[in-house]
Amino acid sequence: MKVALFVTCVNDLVFPGTGRAVVEVLERLGHTVEFPVEQGCCGQMHANSGYREEALPLVANFVKTFDGYDAVVGPSGSCVAMVRDWYPKLAPDSGEVVARTYELSEFLVDVLGVTDVGATFPHRVTYHPTCHGLRMLRLGDRPRRLLESVRGLELLDLPGAEECCGFGGTFAMKNAGVSGAMLADKCRSIVDTGAEYVAAVDNSCLAHIGGGLSRAGGPAKPIHYAEILAAS
Amino acid sequence: MSARDEVLRRVRTARPSAPVTVPRDYRAVDEGDDLVELLVDRLVDYKATVRRCGPHELAGAIGELLSDASAAVVPPGAPPEWLEAYQGRVLREPLAVADLDAPGVAVLTGCAVAVARTGTLILDAGPDQGRRALTLVPDHHICVVHTGQIVGGVPEALARLADPTRPLTLVSGPSATSDIELNRVEGVHGPRRLDVVVVD
Amino acid sequence: MSGGNIVARLPFPVAARKELGDAQLRANLRNATHTIRDKRLRMVGEVPDWEELRRSGAAIKDDVLSRLPELLTQFEAAATAAGATVHWARDAAEACAVVTALVRDTGTAEVVKVKSMVTQEIGLNDSLEAAGIAAVETDLAELIVQLAGDTPSHILVPAIHYNRSQIRDIFHRNGLSALTDDPPALAEAARRHLRAKFLSARVGISGANFAVAESGTLVVVESEGNGRMCLTLPETLISVVGIEKILPTFRDLEVFLQLLPRSSTGERMNPYTSLWTGVTPGDGPQTVHIVLVDNGRTETLADDVGRQALRCIRCSACLNVCPVYERVGGHAYGSVYPGPIGAILSPQLSGGGANRTLPYASTLCGACYDACPVRINIPEVLVHLRQTGPHPPAERAAMRALSWIMRDRRRYAAALRAARRGAAPIRWATGRRGAVRHLPWPLSKWTSTRDAPLPAKQTFREWWAHERTR
Repeated sequence: MKVALFVTCVNDLVFPGTGRAVVEVLERLGHTVEFPVEQGCCGQMHANSGYREEALPLVANFVKTFDGYDAVVGPSGSCVAMVRDWYPKLAPDSGEVVARTYELSEFLVDVLGVTDVGATFPHRVTYHPTCHGLRMLRLGDRPRRLLESVRGLELLDLPGAEECCGFGGTFAMKNAGVSGAMLADKCRSIVDTGAEYVAAVDNSCLAHIGGGLSRAGGPAKPIHYAEILAAS
Repeated sequence: MSARDEVLRRVRTARPSAPVTVPRDYRAVDEGDDLVELLVDRLVDYKATVRRCGPHELAGAIGELLSDASAAVVPPGAPPEWLEAYQGRVLREPLAVADLDAPGVAVLTGCAVAVARTGTLILDAGPDQGRRALTLVPDHHICVVHTGQIVGGVPEALARLADPTRPLTLVSGPSATSDIELNRVEGVHGPRRLDVVVVD
Repeated sequence: MSGGNIVARLPFPVAARKELGDAQLRANLRNATHTIRDKRLRMVGEVPDWEELRRSGAAIKDDVLSRLPELLTQFEAAATAAGATVHWARDAAEACAVVTALVRDTGTAEVVKVKSMVTQEIGLNDSLEAAGIAAVETDLAELIVQLAGDTPSHILVPAIHYNRSQIRDIFHRNGLSALTDDPPALAEAARRHLRAKFLSARVGISGANFAVAESGTLVVVESEGNGRMCLTLPETLISVVGIEKILPTFRDLEVFLQLLPRSSTGERMNPYTSLWTGVTPGDGPQTVHIVLVDNGRTETLADDVGRQALRCIRCSACLNVCPVYERVGGHAYGSVYPGPIGAILSPQLSGGGANRTLPYASTLCGACYDACPVRINIPEVLVHLRQTGPHPPAERAAMRALSWIMRDRRRYAAALRAARRGAAPIRWATGRRGAVRHLPWPLSKWTSTRDAPLPAKQTFREWWAHERTR
């Protein structure tokens, strides 16, 4: 199977370890991963902020870059949701690529049929299901099932898990006050679990949550779940 | 241009042109459970009291429910046998609102159909129900439901109504409000006591 | 032109700041919204065909919007034949003028009102008051808000921002005595206060949840019985109805009477639903007026994406699940339609000004779309409305620049390198913490409430080029 990594722009610049983790997991499962260097941003920030015209060239670039792969795998609920939900409306020729674009947990569980990826991570972890993963991609319990199969990992329930953390892209800046209030509640729930790590499928949400946890000086640290799956 | 013509002109200009097909694959018929049991459960859950009895026990049951009433209001077409065991005062139309609002007055009616799934009694101003004010102003409503009038869900109930242009009132439990902290409390303006007699 | 109480005076972030500072308000809202959220989930979970009902509900409303001219005239003809008088109003001012004239003709100086969103929308109470007519709100929550001299903050529960002890205080200030702040005691106080008004009122004013075209029937869904009082006891009934409230057939109610109660109060069925068709001799008001109102609805109807907002049945499920609403309450939205539905409805009914900030009052988390009984894709409409801005010049320039850079591999790689290098001195300055506490504007908006991450020492594509393509 010809698998392409869609690393996402945020991961490329700020969280490259998440991209490396996806490569590690897929190669451990015996797959060859390609990284088409023509890829850029999926256009989510532009489209969601009201700049559709500016998003269109990015959408076109994505479709061109990933054309011809059997699977395009991205470690981000919101970027994959952008492709899945918005591309068909923005680019009529995107159907083929859209149908083969997966968030990592979808690819592992649905396409490869794997929940145990051979990882070991002896830590207390709580899982925050991000909004786009939860309500747009309908990832359901796929990420949790992957985490539950990690050796040594103790998965702690997060109260109010399905509530938004308050990130919302430019919302975090335009409505910083409300965003901060939502973040404070989310951080409190995370800290109360006693977890060492809070895992999620989106580094953008984790950057926001991590920024709140770090400001509050709490012990819990953000981690992308792909990095847990890559740990051994 | 009149407001009517102007609004209609705007609507004609603005509306979408594509026709819409309406899917109807929700449940048209709701059966399988014991509908009488289900109705009783739903009524009790919303704080109505329920009695079940056979046809020959009905008058006695009504008599007991009316025992602390100062007077009983009955609609013009109520069956006379309902009141066979009741010795108290009976009020009949024409009645003024003040008569209905007097302390301790109870109203006794039938219903057109009852919805088990939601615990709803539908009144359609039929002869044994009367006009709407009768079941509104008194603080105590006793409603007689025959098991043959019970249907499973809302679609069957609306389909059973003889004439949908009659004044209709759907009653689900006594008057209630959720306006304080979004918690339901029973008893505001409508009858605060609702007794249902289910006749097998 | 549209108007009324649907125009925000302050930009949302400014209005929100004030509400966020009120700890009591936040506690009240959190308590109430979580209570109703859980109830709604339980009640919806009981219905095995919920998704089928949602799809039917959405399609029936879409069908109505596509046939609205025919259905409105059909409704008018049927209601007229049944003894009602039908009036039309282009906007809020015209609707208020029609109603005020009708009340004046009766010679009464006091009317009793059923809770109604459209009369809030058009500002009817103020118009009546200006004409010397007192409008008494009879829904418990509306009464609380009216006695407090406040404005509603929720579609279903306008007084959601008050807790029981605050409500008792409001009652006391207005001469309504309640022995305790127990909800039943407060409800009893409202009952005593309103009883005489119901029994003597000559004019009732209502809205309608649904208007059936084939029969001319109006429907009001309520809980307390105040609606039944207003709809049944007065001689004259005036119902103000938005033109989107039409349903084609009586049968269509079988869908909405299942969707609405479970979505709004989290009940299998609300205690009382009243249906009436024109005038019934010997039963209820003998003079019946219906005022059909546009007030910006046709402008909303003209928008291919935005018109789905007109499916709304005012259940308020989207408010109760919204994390933004939960933090700031309804007043921050500056309109009688707050929350997610308000963020798409208010700017469409009345565009411009501060209403343009409302589509940004959302993280696009999607909880509202999941909860909506008529499947209004609120996030989709929010994003659609953001296309028209406001787009501050600096933001627009940044978006254009990012788009230009990120569509080209070489420009993109160079920009990533530059960002990584640019972060190096900051990384050095932050020391071992590895997170930034303060950034200059505009990124200061990020660091106002949270630390910022730094670009990595090596971008992913640099790692890939180094490790994998030798």
